[in-house]
Amino acid sequence: MAAGATMMMESGQRFSSKSDLVPDWTRQEVSTGTTIMAVEYDGGVVIGADSRTTTGAYIANRVTDKLTPIHDQIFCCRSGSAADTQAIADMVTYQLGFHSIELDEPPLVETAANLFRASCYRYREELSAGILVAGWDRRKGGQVYCVPIGGMLVRQPLSVGGSGSTYIYGFMDSNYKPGMSKDQCMELAATALSLAMERDGSSGGVVRLASISAEGVERRVILGNQLPRFSTH
Amino acid sequence: MEKRCTDSRIKGVSTGTTILAAVFNGGVVIGSDSRASMGGEFVSSKTINKVVQVHDQIFCCMSGSLADAQAVTKAAKFHLSFHSVQMETPPLVIAAASVLKELCYNNKEELQAGFITAGWDKKDGPQVFVVSLGGMLLRQPVTIGGSGSTYIYGYVDAKYKPNMSREECLQFSLNALALAMGRDNVSGGVANLVVVTEKGVEHVVVPGDKLPQFNHEKHGVRLTQNLFGHKKQENW
Repeated sequence: MAAGATMMMESGQRFSSKSDLVPDWTRQEVSTGTTIMAVEYDGGVVIGADSRTTTGAYIANRVTDKLTPIHDQIFCCRSGSAADTQAIADMVTYQLGFHSIELDEPPLVETAANLFRASCYRYREELSAGILVAGWDRRKGGQVYCVPIGGMLVRQPLSVGGSGSTYIYGFMDSNYKPGMSKDQCMELAATALSLAMERDGSSGGVVRLASISAEGVERRVILGNQLPRFSTH
Repeated sequence: MEKRCTDSRIKGVSTGTTILAAVFNGGVVIGSDSRASMGGEFVSSKTINKVVQVHDQIFCCMSGSLADAQAVTKAAKFHLSFHSVQMETPPLVIAAASVLKELCYNNKEELQAGFITAGWDKKDGPQVFVVSLGGMLLRQPVTIGGSGSTYIYGYVDAKYKPNMSREECLQFSLNALALAMGRDNVSGGVANLVVVTEKGVEHVVVPGDKLPQFNHEKHGVRLTQNLFGHKKQENW
């Protein structure tokens, strides 16, 4: 038993074979093994993600933007296979744009979430994508919808996703309270993402945050040396 | 935490438990859940004790295969009592951890068990050691283990501070266990905590209904769809 060399079965990755002729990372799928999260507050949502994209052990992109706009005030956070999530996001952006023109008004976040769910569920056997859909609309304000692998859809006031999210469930359970302000949510997101990035090998780089409200979208980047630090041991 | 199923090889080799140990000002707190399950489908015991006393002021938490862990701790207990009779003094915590490490390392092909050893001795005071699956020995101020531990890495990193008081450390350990038991389906039951100081040993058992609760369990928004497809929003 190879103690310590057992790789976690991550979505999109395979166990490395023994061939030394070709580097490991050329045979691995590009994965946004990642940490993403989205929080609702009164008046909008705060979303955040790390910035690392990996092909096996190689970091293909260390400044990835995993917060993808789907419409003016609707964003999605992508985790899983980079190719799959980009393809789905492109499809949904097109479908939602068309729908919004037909309706002649901004689309609902629930509509965007349902479009994601429809694609993720129909092609569940081929896809490897975990997505958080978050945004603001006039009918229900800030909303966060979770569309994990398999194609379920559920609305939650707070949701985390990606490989790094397992490490921060305890932290989120204990630190989230309903009724937090926008700045409190931003701080919670930055802290939680830093904690996950410290423990998860597939998450790292910078922290990207965005807040979406009636006024619009405000984006922020927190660089590595500005991240909150914890008593190291 | 029972038989070695292929599940555990994919998930990572620690299965079915949450264990932790933390040093505070003057002692250590060692804790674990109390559930033994068969691969996540059946709870074979709700009140199993995973914190084993290997000497007067040295305790050991088991993780991995229950059978392997029990066999190793039995052997370690024997070695330690023999050693302490020979030396005519209580054994050091590092001695206990080393005994476990020797057993794990020399039998690493057959065994699948990891340990957290913690206690108090006169030479170095309160200490926590982790003996991993392959037989690595490492001293840390706080350490967590078992399948439930993945969910509380963030919490422990953020909340642990060196030189806490006894009450703070107890509350910290209890919160960590409760959070892990809330997210991991193969950890649960009661929280078994042991406090070891210079003065002696104190057992604290917190049943499931007295565990700390966190907001998310009380507040939420749920979108349900009844048979006719009408959406209904529930708040609780």
